Amino acid sequence: MDNIAGRKSHLTWAVNISVILMVLIWLIPTIGLLVSSFRDREQISETGWWLAPLPVEMTFRVRTSPEGAAQQNGLWVLEGNVFATPDMEEQLGDDDAELTRFGTRGVNPTEFAAGETAELRGGGTLTVNSDGSWRAESEEEFGPRGPTIYFAAEVPPQFTLTNYETVLTADGMDRAFINTLTVTVPATIIPILIAAFAAYALAWMEFPGRGLLIAAVVGLLVVPLQLALVPLLSLHTSVGIGQSFLGIWLAHTGFGLPLAIYLLRNYMVGLPRDIIESAKVDGATDFQVFTRIVLPLSFPALASFAIFQFLWTWNDLLVAKVFLPSDADSQVMTVKIADDLLGSRGGDWGILATAAFVSIAVPLLVFFTMQRYLVRGLLAGSVK
Amino acid sequence: MGEVNFNNVVKRFDDGTVAVSDLNFSIEEGEFLVLVGPSGCGKSTSLRMVAGLEAITGGEITIDGEVVNGLTPRERDIAMVFQTYALYPHMTVEQNMGFPLRMARVDPEEKKRRVRSATNILGMENLLGRYPRELSGGQRQRVAMGRAIVRSPRVFLMDEPLSNLDAKLRVQMRGEIARLQRELGTTTLYVTHDQVEAMTLGDRVAVMHDGVLQQLAPPARLYQAPETVFVAGFIGSPPMNLCRATIMDEGGALVAKFGSFALPIDPGSIEKYPNVREHVGRDVVLGTRPECFFIASGDLPENKLVKAKVDFVEMLGAEALIYLPTDAEQIDGSTRFGVKAKTGANGGTEPEQLTLVARIAPKTVPSHGEMVNIAYEEDSLHFFDIDTGRALR
Repeated sequence: MDNIAGRKSHLTWAVNISVILMVLIWLIPTIGLLVSSFRDREQISETGWWLAPLPVEMTFRVRTSPEGAAQQNGLWVLEGNVFATPDMEEQLGDDDAELTRFGTRGVNPTEFAAGETAELRGGGTLTVNSDGSWRAESEEEFGPRGPTIYFAAEVPPQFTLTNYETVLTADGMDRAFINTLTVTVPATIIPILIAAFAAYALAWMEFPGRGLLIAAVVGLLVVPLQLALVPLLSLHTSVGIGQSFLGIWLAHTGFGLPLAIYLLRNYMVGLPRDIIESAKVDGATDFQVFTRIVLPLSFPALASFAIFQFLWTWNDLLVAKVFLPSDADSQVMTVKIADDLLGSRGGDWGILATAAFVSIAVPLLVFFTMQRYLVRGLLAGSVK
Repeated sequence: MGEVNFNNVVKRFDDGTVAVSDLNFSIEEGEFLVLVGPSGCGKSTSLRMVAGLEAITGGEITIDGEVVNGLTPRERDIAMVFQTYALYPHMTVEQNMGFPLRMARVDPEEKKRRVRSATNILGMENLLGRYPRELSGGQRQRVAMGRAIVRSPRVFLMDEPLSNLDAKLRVQMRGEIARLQRELGTTTLYVTHDQVEAMTLGDRVAVMHDGVLQQLAPPARLYQAPETVFVAGFIGSPPMNLCRATIMDEGGALVAKFGSFALPIDPGSIEKYPNVREHVGRDVVLGTRPECFFIASGDLPENKLVKAKVDFVEMLGAEALIYLPTDAEQIDGSTRFGVKAKTGANGGTEPEQLTLVARIAPKTVPSHGEMVNIAYEEDSLHFFDIDTGRALR
């Protein structure tokens, strides 16, 4: 019964497992960003995001005050709880932390285990228990400052929306969002319009030099855009566009066109020749063939290029930096995040992760609304 | 309305291959002309040149006396049905059929009326709102026909419109196309590789081979009086037996000797091929139709019989084919006389020996290995020149 077409490979499970593995590997950075965006800043710097659900061991320092010291059996005794200070209460909120180790010197803050008794430098002893309560004893009266207690505590995981609050309410973020849209939408539509016409001509119209033109377009695919930034900007300046939205639209259009033409042309050339010839015999001009037949049938290709172009103009930082003025009025989101949020808060992973997720939202929306066009078989039933 | 003329039409592709050489014929007004030939014979190219989808390298094509060489398809007022139907997948049946009218800027009311009347003719009123992907093969074919007839063009062009259908549907649609063409009376050029379609549909049939028109005649004449060896071998199923034979004069009666076999040439056949007389003592191509053989019933003179041993038998029910190996040299009409064959006509390969095919009544079927006496009907021998492949008329 095992004919060739119907035979199932015995290694299907291996294929499935490796696909799942690959998907997971690809997803890991995104998951990491998502988790990090909800974590507390201090906790991010202590443990990786994959340990987020576990308690974090963090070290703290508490200065005590000698007030309230009492004499008992000839010894001066000072008591308190490290978790009861205002600072710590703010840190922990309602959660219970567990003290694991403590120390008396900053160079070795986890010298002793909880419950042990340590020698104080100024004489006397210090005992800190795991619930945070401590007791210092000394034969002499404590000085103007009480002993400084260093300790490590298991702090329960803390999740917070603070990062989102910071990013979303940052000054001028709404303006930056509008600016990004202002850049992205025309920078997606203009190249598609131009490329669709070019692709039709290159695919279905006979004219001398067509092959060379196609080769040139493919050649342009390999030109890195970084190479063109400076000459292009000086050109823009000399024709009076300078740094402006018009300038960045043209720049994105130019950088996007080779791929757009290439992609659309290859799609259009694959449309059944009979359909196009039939339209011509039915009396359509080239322009009518393009608008009535080729364009509607090329919708999947148009949609997929639109998604690409939208995504990388949305996420673009470099071109925006070069072709837009740097004042706050024309900052796009990527520039805003990189300059204002991260520039002044170097290494703030929580903000970075959150910004990434905020800026992903719109592209995701675009992707999910357009993706059905990518899979729909538009040509079904046309020929045969 | 709708007379098409081919005047010395030549088609040469960019790589130098000649698809059509010096084509001359005309399609009368209202005529159904079928172009038939094996694949690659230039029949589709000829059709596409009429449609304007293929440039004409030399000569000219006229429609109603107007030279159309330089015109685009839309300026020629023709309609074409493609092998793949080429329906527009994003349009409904109604939009598909209305497309030519929309391109011609026909008034919407008028357009609607004409689409309705076309759908009535084709009997598919209930399909108007469907998309091509929701239709069966036969229905799609019908929509393609409908799209051609809505605009009442000067000429219908059909490029193997039935070859994507299954056998049963093909027969049905064949009848429908014939009926439709008769009713509309529109000049039609129909391309096919199927000789049954060609014979049943065409008022006249043009047989092409290697870009050369072999014969243009009504179907019956094509069968009875083939002009060339190629036509003889192409029309008819199973095809005509073709072999090298020598014309001998045996006491006033002409005899065709092929290998160790011989058939007397009856006066009726000589009347049809008078040139045979000039070829006494020379080699010719002898053509015999399988269906003209019959099992000899005993009262025939010895010299009219062919004795041969049966190699195998194919029983088809209404008839039986018997295969009789001979030692005569077989002639292949499609390779020997074509343009392509000229360079190496007799180059190298051993000539194949003819296996004579005879189609006989199923009542007296001999068995494998049996010796049979078969005879041949009068008036039905065919003779062709061994060098040019043309009929000896």
